[in-house]
Amino acid sequence: MSEKIRIDPITRIEGHMAVEAVIDDGTVKDAKSAGTLFRGFEIILQGRDPRDANRLTQRICGVCPTAHATASALCIDEAFGLTNEIPANAKLIRALIFGANFLQSHILHFYHLAALDYLDAASVVGDLAPFVPRYEGDYRVSSEVSAELVNHYLRALDIRRKCQEMLSIFGGKMPHNVGIVPGGVTERPTEDKITNFLWRLNEIRDFVVNSYIPDVIAVAKAYSDYFEVGIGCRRLLAYGGFDLPSGKLFKAGIVAPDLRLERFAKEHITEDVKHSWYVDSDSGKNPTAGRTEAELNKKGAYSFLKSPRYKGEACEVGPLARMVSNYVQDSSETKELVDSLLGELDAGVDALFSVLGRHAARALEAKLVADAMAVWLQQLKPNEPVIVDSKIPEQGTGAGLTEAPRGAVGHWMTVKGAKIDRYQVITPTAWNASPRDDKGQPGAVEQAIIGTKVKDRDNPFELVRIVRAFDPCLACSVHLLDVRGSELGVFRVV
Amino acid sequence: MKGRKVANKKYPVIWLQGAGCTGCSVSILNAVSPRIQNLLLDELVPGQQLCLIFHATVMAGQGEVVIEVLKDAEKNRKGGYVLVVEGAIPTAEGGTYGSIGETNGKHLTIQESVEELGRSALLTIALGTCAAYGGIPAAKPNPTLCKGVKTVFDEKSIETPVVNVPGCPPHPEWFTGTISVILFSGVEALDLDQLGRPKLFYRQLIHENCPRRADFDKGKFAEKLGDAGCLYKLGCKGHYTYADCPLRQWNNGVSWCVKAGSPCLACVEPEFPDGTSPIYEKITFEDLK
Repeated sequence: MSEKIRIDPITRIEGHMAVEAVIDDGTVKDAKSAGTLFRGFEIILQGRDPRDANRLTQRICGVCPTAHATASALCIDEAFGLTNEIPANAKLIRALIFGANFLQSHILHFYHLAALDYLDAASVVGDLAPFVPRYEGDYRVSSEVSAELVNHYLRALDIRRKCQEMLSIFGGKMPHNVGIVPGGVTERPTEDKITNFLWRLNEIRDFVVNSYIPDVIAVAKAYSDYFEVGIGCRRLLAYGGFDLPSGKLFKAGIVAPDLRLERFAKEHITEDVKHSWYVDSDSGKNPTAGRTEAELNKKGAYSFLKSPRYKGEACEVGPLARMVSNYVQDSSETKELVDSLLGELDAGVDALFSVLGRHAARALEAKLVADAMAVWLQQLKPNEPVIVDSKIPEQGTGAGLTEAPRGAVGHWMTVKGAKIDRYQVITPTAWNASPRDDKGQPGAVEQAIIGTKVKDRDNPFELVRIVRAFDPCLACSVHLLDVRGSELGVFRVV
Repeated sequence: MKGRKVANKKYPVIWLQGAGCTGCSVSILNAVSPRIQNLLLDELVPGQQLCLIFHATVMAGQGEVVIEVLKDAEKNRKGGYVLVVEGAIPTAEGGTYGSIGETNGKHLTIQESVEELGRSALLTIALGTCAAYGGIPAAKPNPTLCKGVKTVFDEKSIETPVVNVPGCPPHPEWFTGTISVILFSGVEALDLDQLGRPKLFYRQLIHENCPRRADFDKGKFAEKLGDAGCLYKLGCKGHYTYADCPLRQWNNGVSWCVKAGSPCLACVEPEFPDGTSPIYEKITFEDLK
């Protein structure tokens, strides 16, 4: 008999999320992922000064605000006609600010959001909140490794804080930096700031290389079956990110399930709404034409997230997508990192499409970004400009596409009468945690859950491990209320 | 401020997240002395410590078992726990725009949880501008009818004292400092301004302590971002904003908004963001009426 498991709330993610899985004979037959908060940012932005979008959209998410600061700055740059005027210093400083946020987000994700699914913290610190209550059973790392991981959990709190402090050298403060603005950045790269930044970065790089990556490997060795859990849709999407004077650190691309690479073009992005609480006439539109008109009592809808699709296909975004996209495009640093890890684990590229593959890709990416940041610092020119002046145009359109820690993020804006006429955001979590599209095709997280064997229905570790490996950020996404679908069998809440 | 006496050695803390971005939590993770590890694990002052029994971003558990933690506190720890609210409270459509979990097959709305847990709390800390005054989710046209904690409490005649610790996000020391006052001297020792904020942190204008004040006095104004000089003409709201950012600085003293060349956004004020924008345009007191 079918049985429905509902986990609400999913904790240790950013924001409000619930997951529902229909289990038959121990295997997930159907799954729904849903957010449980709606704020209406796009509605709030209408009629405002276009420059304010850069400050306000950061407040979509306090974990990766610089992703929205960057996407909105690129979007406004384009609408204001500044894209080709941005000084080299500004591109580098934007990337350093954003890179610092990447590092804090990835480290926070592994140690403070995900690791408690694998390490038995209560055996080290005692039955102490917030480490209990929790799922019981499948904790496999030895007590010595657990003790070391708990130490690293605590040390990682300091390291992620230091990422924010490093960021503030150019960003002013975190969360919600003030340094990234349309036209460039506000802080000049003086020699003392560069050196100050570099030595903070060195401490963080040391942690990434000597703790973060080895810890992910230690967990992977204890849970090697999780290289086969949560495979997902295998279609990967990267918009590309970190716009530098010399090009992008993350290459744009679509990677098909057979690892064939396709060129990315933003015109192929559409958003379906058949299963979302929006009027059907908006379905299938590109975000340059999309609207956000709610229809709360729509039949068959179960989410306020729309379903972004690329040429009609569901895609996974995030570190896995970026690392594989770089890998198949022969980026030498990425290839070296990935091959060395796969060698150590005696695994092939296919193993990356899994719960552990996503954690490994995130850890390797932290090293890739940190190494690149050290190079960017050397390229700063202390006496050269960091910003170009600009005027708000009467009319204009812009798109700002980049890569947040969690994956591809895009902002689209239309300016009319020097005010925001329309603003649309597609977040990484909208790609990953989207509901079914008009063709009935589930989103990436839903696909990763479907087919999973759940060993203990009272402690469904498999489900939360799969969901957290995607690093969902629900505050980023616009969403749902009542997700209750058709009832079948027993309803369990765990 | 009048409040109930504090006797417990351990203060259970329930941290609810409403319509917000988790930025307040991330800011508290940036605390330096005490660090977040001390807040979670140690006696903050001799003999007294916090015990974070509910926080969706950090706690190990999920699903029904963590909702039980809330039910248990409400029933068995009446008047014995501190409620921290981060994010605004969506009140449109009976609160259905935001839920924190599920109980007995029904959504537990943010509004319902804040009201129920607030009623039995020793004290409620409205952390961040959204929880204190509504903030960005309550900006025009306020699509989900978001409100701050005090407004919701007043409407429901909930008498639990509310301390507002606004900021987008709040400085971590504004939070740890407020906790310190409570642990050292008791809830009644908190000296609040007319907007419910501890005067300890929100007593002086940014403008009074601003390192660019000398530029203002000399009439040396920045004309565009990146320029030296007072940022008043670029929309700085420091002459309107009460907070100690210029003295305390941010992120372990590394920098703060004006030092980094950005105008103050007035992010601690109840009028943020509607009354204090456009962000990069100067406002006069006439504009705020």
